[in-house]
Amino acid sequence: MTQDRGTPLVELRDISIAFGGIKAVDHVTVDLYPGEVVGLLGHNGAGKSTLIKCLSGAYQADSGEIFINGQKASIQNPRDARAYNIETIYQTLALADNLDAASNLFLGRELVTPMGFVDEARMEAETRKIMARLNPNFRKFNVPVSALSGGQRQSVAIARAVYFNARILIMDEPTAALGPHETQMVAELIEELKRQGLGIFLIEHDIHNVMKLCDRASVMKNGQLVGTVNVDEVTDDDILGMIILGKKPEKAA
Amino acid sequence: MSDVAKHAPHEIRQRSLLETLEIDTRLLGMIGAFVVICLGFQGWTGFRLQPEFTANPFAWLSDGAFLSARNIFNLTIQTVSVAIMATGMVFVIVTRHIDLSVGALLALCSAVMGLMQVWLVPTVMGLGFGHPMVAPMAMVAGLATGTLVGAFNGWLIGYQRIPAFIVTLGGLLIWRNVGWYMTSGQTLGPLDKNFLLFGGSEGTLGATASWIVAAIAAALAIWAQFQGRKAKLAHDFRVKPIWAEVMMSAIYAGAIFGFVAILNSYEVPAGRLRRIFAARGETMPEGYSEVFGLPISVLILILLAIAMTMIARRTRFGRYIFATGGNPDAAELSGINTRLLTVKVFALMGFLCALSAIVAQARLQNHTNDIGTLDELRVIAAAVIGGTALSGGIGTIYGAILGALIMQSLQSGMAMVGVDSPFQNIVVGLVLVIAVWIDIQYRKRTGALK
Repeated sequence: MTQDRGTPLVELRDISIAFGGIKAVDHVTVDLYPGEVVGLLGHNGAGKSTLIKCLSGAYQADSGEIFINGQKASIQNPRDARAYNIETIYQTLALADNLDAASNLFLGRELVTPMGFVDEARMEAETRKIMARLNPNFRKFNVPVSALSGGQRQSVAIARAVYFNARILIMDEPTAALGPHETQMVAELIEELKRQGLGIFLIEHDIHNVMKLCDRASVMKNGQLVGTVNVDEVTDDDILGMIILGKKPEKAA
Repeated sequence: MSDVAKHAPHEIRQRSLLETLEIDTRLLGMIGAFVVICLGFQGWTGFRLQPEFTANPFAWLSDGAFLSARNIFNLTIQTVSVAIMATGMVFVIVTRHIDLSVGALLALCSAVMGLMQVWLVPTVMGLGFGHPMVAPMAMVAGLATGTLVGAFNGWLIGYQRIPAFIVTLGGLLIWRNVGWYMTSGQTLGPLDKNFLLFGGSEGTLGATASWIVAAIAAALAIWAQFQGRKAKLAHDFRVKPIWAEVMMSAIYAGAIFGFVAILNSYEVPAGRLRRIFAARGETMPEGYSEVFGLPISVLILILLAIAMTMIARRTRFGRYIFATGGNPDAAELSGINTRLLTVKVFALMGFLCALSAIVAQARLQNHTNDIGTLDELRVIAAAVIGGTALSGGIGTIYGAILGALIMQSLQSGMAMVGVDSPFQNIVVGLVLVIAVWIDIQYRKRTGALK
């Protein structure tokens, strides 16, 4: 990139992954520094989500390497990713609809009593605390999340990622299902997390959100990386050109 | 979601009595259905006993035989075998699987335990018949067999991705016949004396011990309730008013003592007592009587129900079972090892098949090849009548046990009043379908189903 900023928080180096004969991700390299938001852009099927799932542990890359803080990392499953403090907010939110907010927030990492039983009261208390910060209007603590609105479900998914002190956050279209007010809340949250020094990969379709929230943008097309640009050095038309035509603008090269 | 649920002003509404008591309305509905069935058969059997026609329903009810201590005792011990397996089937169905092999696996475990008792331990290992280690060793062998076969099923389903329906359909054909081959198709008996204690009427606690168990159970129920209240108060959550807690405690204690009182009122028939005394070389004193009390098999079921409910609600294992059933992808992405979870769930199911085999074999007093035939259907029906959703993620242990009790009540009630065999099956089949239909309607109303 343009200036030297030390070791990147994450570096995905030369990642390839194929399903059957189709190369979903084809020798892609992206990186992410602390306190930075990198947008991942591209058409549906460009390979953004697949690439990022290699980092979150949902898929394993066929080739290529992942470096975290300069160290080579082995991420075989979502448990490994969590061990590296990588948290993911999936487009589908990945919530168990039949469980309540606290159960979802702590899923896989339940708080237990000294006897080894699930400590429901303490988990609900913790959930109330973090929700008071993220979404003060949230009241439905004792119903299954299937009974929540899209925005409320989103805030549960975000709370889950934020609660466990993530250092690397992956957000797959976090505002797709949200109204304008809630989108604004997510934007403010991203700003706050940036200030705390997290690195955020943001998969986003809305070009205005990209221009507003991201520091850099990596554009993918047909599984390949078109290029990575500093958002404040290009116009939204430049980025659209990269997405649609796969053409990298001259000045940012 | 229905309009009613959407627009109801949740926060400001007056809380009804049931809400204040925090009683599960679905459970209440099932208990209601069960009471209706019991009273129906009580009246029907009483009506048949009237010397001449009377139109007085109270006479029917008071003369009925269905709610006699004897019949309630028999009902509970007949229900145990299916109910034990139904608790495990809840976990299987909640994780979106099915187990069609439970009856066959029960037969295999029974064959193993039968062989242990009549041949392997006394003759091959040379401990002799009647040795105190015969029953424990037979049980350990049976439980290990069930757990291993269950774990193997789970491995095929979880790691090899063969659908549970296929794996267990194969198991339905395989395991009973493995047992058949092992026993050469012979009926195995007589069983070990200590083993027979787990069958029901052969092994009961008697009056005093039954009362003690009731007292401990009631004390634990009340303690657990106030413990939960304490945990909520520690975090400043809303709790039930104290009168509601006291009222629930009274209901629990009343139910426990009422149940034991009924079992303690069933006297051992005099002829049987005389035989027991004769076997000891004594004569029975005049006017001597004894009551059955709580059967050991029923006590096992109660302890199992508590343990399984704790697993479902208070352990990570249970939490993961329900999360996986609700959204398998989300569970996997949350770092839950859903494949290993499948192995554990089926291993537990296999263990419970073996436990059920102990009770069934001891009750029938020998091992036969057809032991547990069609139990898979009864077990699945019990779980489903009890509110377990085949789409996964929803189900309760107490529901499944109540479902097993409802099925057994229908069956033995109809046999008592002399309903023809084909109609018995037709009625049970109808009840199964109607119960699920009611459940779907209920979930639509309450907004749990969209």
